[in-house]
Amino acid sequence: MKIIAKTGNEAMAEAMRQINPDVCAAYPITPATEVMQIFAGFVNDGLVKTELMMVESEHSAMSACMGATAAGARTMTSTSSQGLAFMYEMLYIAAGYRLPIVIAEVNRALSGPINIHCDHGDTMGARDTGWIQLFSENAQEAYDNLIQAIRIAEHPDVQLPAWTSTDGFIISHGMENMEVYPDEAVQKFIKEFQPSFTLLNNQQPLTVGAADLQDFYFEHRRAAAEGMRHAKRVIQEIGREFGQTFGRSYGLFDTLELDDAEVALVAMGSTAGTARMAVKNLRQRGVKAGLLKLRVFRPFPAEELAQALKHVPNVAVMDRSDGFNAQSAPLATELKTAFFDAGLKPKVIDYIYGLGGRDIHFTELEQIMEKTLQAPEPGDLDSRVVYWGVRE
Amino acid sequence: MKDVKVDCGRLMDWQELAKGCLIPEPATSLNFKTGDWRSQRPVWSEDKCIQCLACWISCPDGAIMVKDEKMVGMNFDYCKGCGICAAVCPSKASAIEMVREEK
Repeated sequence: MKIIAKTGNEAMAEAMRQINPDVCAAYPITPATEVMQIFAGFVNDGLVKTELMMVESEHSAMSACMGATAAGARTMTSTSSQGLAFMYEMLYIAAGYRLPIVIAEVNRALSGPINIHCDHGDTMGARDTGWIQLFSENAQEAYDNLIQAIRIAEHPDVQLPAWTSTDGFIISHGMENMEVYPDEAVQKFIKEFQPSFTLLNNQQPLTVGAADLQDFYFEHRRAAAEGMRHAKRVIQEIGREFGQTFGRSYGLFDTLELDDAEVALVAMGSTAGTARMAVKNLRQRGVKAGLLKLRVFRPFPAEELAQALKHVPNVAVMDRSDGFNAQSAPLATELKTAFFDAGLKPKVIDYIYGLGGRDIHFTELEQIMEKTLQAPEPGDLDSRVVYWGVRE
Repeated sequence: MKDVKVDCGRLMDWQELAKGCLIPEPATSLNFKTGDWRSQRPVWSEDKCIQCLACWISCPDGAIMVKDEKMVGMNFDYCKGCGICAAVCPSKASAIEMVREEK
């Protein structure tokens, strides 16, 4: 076992070196710049066979990735925030054309006002683009998720693009101990890319990107939606296989002390790591607190989440972005839908927190869980949605 | 590319379509008869035609049929009745005239 200290960005660049994609097209953006910067060094040193395309924008980066994938190449890129936003129109096209591109995404707040630090507003803004979305708690998970994302995206029952998202600076630049697997083991796990078609086969000419109007567009979008439904099963299968291979299993989400919990905190990304300490401290004080860490946001595991939380009467949802829908932020909105469909009506309080990289401390998460336990059944919007940590 | 079919004559269900709006065969546009919404049709007078082929080079749909370097008529499967052939036909010949399409 090889334990080394790496930042999240270094871990993702290392995963990319071991994946050894055929093509990468990228444009630098803070805090994801290092991923491609380090990877460019691997290309320069001949450690990978990747064709690295340095393009003039993220719009071009994703366009080039789409062309390369349609040609039959295993293709990856990395971006963040405004970069992901600049890819927006291509994100839908990549999913609609069923091109299994993988992005090492680093979560950063969107302008304006301009900010380079972590929140989930960037990927939440692109949550319905048809991409599979995996959140990582630490550098190890960023590395593990990126390797698994290749298999998930390329699975014939799924065939959709995927990104792994990693909290900007907190994970991307924070150094931690992590385990790196042998190159051959990673190569064996990801297998060779078997594209379902290639534009470069002159024995079978084909068209990608034809106009698709009233008669066919609806059917093609329906088929892509089916890929996302299959992804829920495939992600779990690959997570189990990953565990059998490398000793670290992954599912749709992870839980801590949830069995007898009277209050559950639902969180994604690095906050889930902070919450482990908060749950432990509360348990020592006799508070029945539990954690549900959501790993997979797309596909959204609604039935599984409702099942896992069905016995918990009080739920604190940690939303590191705001939906500006005057109702609740993205994670809470979708979780409440899951509860409704399962016939459950727990007390759900949505905590919008950490926008623009504002820190969240484990003592704050303890306060949040205690407050959720004690709060009356929320009536008006102000008691259902709490802007946690904002000055007012 | 197994289990993929193209059938332009029938609207397929979503489960039958090639993934990703892919058209897995070349030249399928030939199956799409664009001539069925023509409101005017060109009428060609072979005796007036000077075989300059201005119509052939100008037709946006390749609907002017040529055999042995001679114009031999229009392909009404694809002719949309745009009238460009009639407009470019030299005035001394006036071999193409647009008339109302009668169905």
